[in-house]
Amino acid sequence: MKLIINGNDTEVKDNLTVAGLLSDLEIEPARVAVEVNLVIIKKADYNEHVLKDGDTVEVVNFVGGG
Amino acid sequence: MDFTEEQLKRYSRHIILPEVGGKGQKKISEAKVLIAGAGGLGCPVGYYLAAAGVGTIAMVDNDHVELSNLQRQIAHSVKTVDVNKADSAKQTFEALNPDVNVIAIKERLNSKNILDLFKDYDIIVDGTDNFPTRYLINDACVMLNKPLVSGAILRFEGQVTTILPHDGPCYRCLFEEPPPAGLVPSCQEAGVLGVLPGVIGALQATEVLKLIIGKGEPLKGNLLIYDALGVNFRKVKIPKNDKCPVCGKEPTITDLKDLPEEYCSI
Repeated sequence: MKLIINGNDTEVKDNLTVAGLLSDLEIEPARVAVEVNLVIIKKADYNEHVLKDGDTVEVVNFVGGG
Repeated sequence: MDFTEEQLKRYSRHIILPEVGGKGQKKISEAKVLIAGAGGLGCPVGYYLAAAGVGTIAMVDNDHVELSNLQRQIAHSVKTVDVNKADSAKQTFEALNPDVNVIAIKERLNSKNILDLFKDYDIIVDGTDNFPTRYLINDACVMLNKPLVSGAILRFEGQVTTILPHDGPCYRCLFEEPPPAGLVPSCQEAGVLGVLPGVIGALQATEVLKLIIGKGEPLKGNLLIYDALGVNFRKVKIPKNDKCPVCGKEPTITDLKDLPEEYCSI
């Protein structure tokens, strides 16, 4: 299926969860916030939330430097 | 206040803008802005706001200038190494524009002093370098209902957003809890391109001036992410979270608390 990840069309496996997507992208879940179709997904739901074809996903890094 | 001949000249490029004009410049000269952190972000934000003629600028920092700061913290110099950063920035900004009253607050923000320090200012700018203070500033601004222009940098990435409490999302609507200690590196550990805080700080200063003159669209409900390597600006829409622990309908955070020390180790 196709997702729009951070504005880019990206081909991923079907039935991927948020946790699975982050794992495939080699992103540490605790270092980011994830928004799917304009809803922030709670970390506790990463394992259950299944992504659908066409979903818009934003992965936002924790950035704290000044 | 009426502008002197010299001030009319100094601010002429502002006054000529229909969106600013004499009225807007007067608002700028009467504005009070507090900048938390006189580092990579605080320096350019304060520098541009001083140039713009913001009447009162408070710089909050309890740290002193080090040689390794000078690659990006443009208000400091070899002459102010070992000087308190708020004091160093004050010297620089007042040399640029004697109209501006720069107040150096040589304290570290904490749950005890923050409300008192913030209460007299119109707009708060976050340019701090650690998550405990970022959450504290967010929570304090929500409680005081103060506009907050937040910026953050690391390596080649910068982020900016304008938080108008209760009128849009806050920092916790996006990042409910700080990351576990040690997981997100600091600039000291991971590095930062020296010019990056200049880009992000200039965006923050722009947001502050827009809020003061009341023109344009504030960067509310959006996180602007700048990727310097890819030359890419991405705006991520942030929804307001009705269940947000601090700005939601039934907040669970009603008192300010300092986060445990281990979070400070970033």
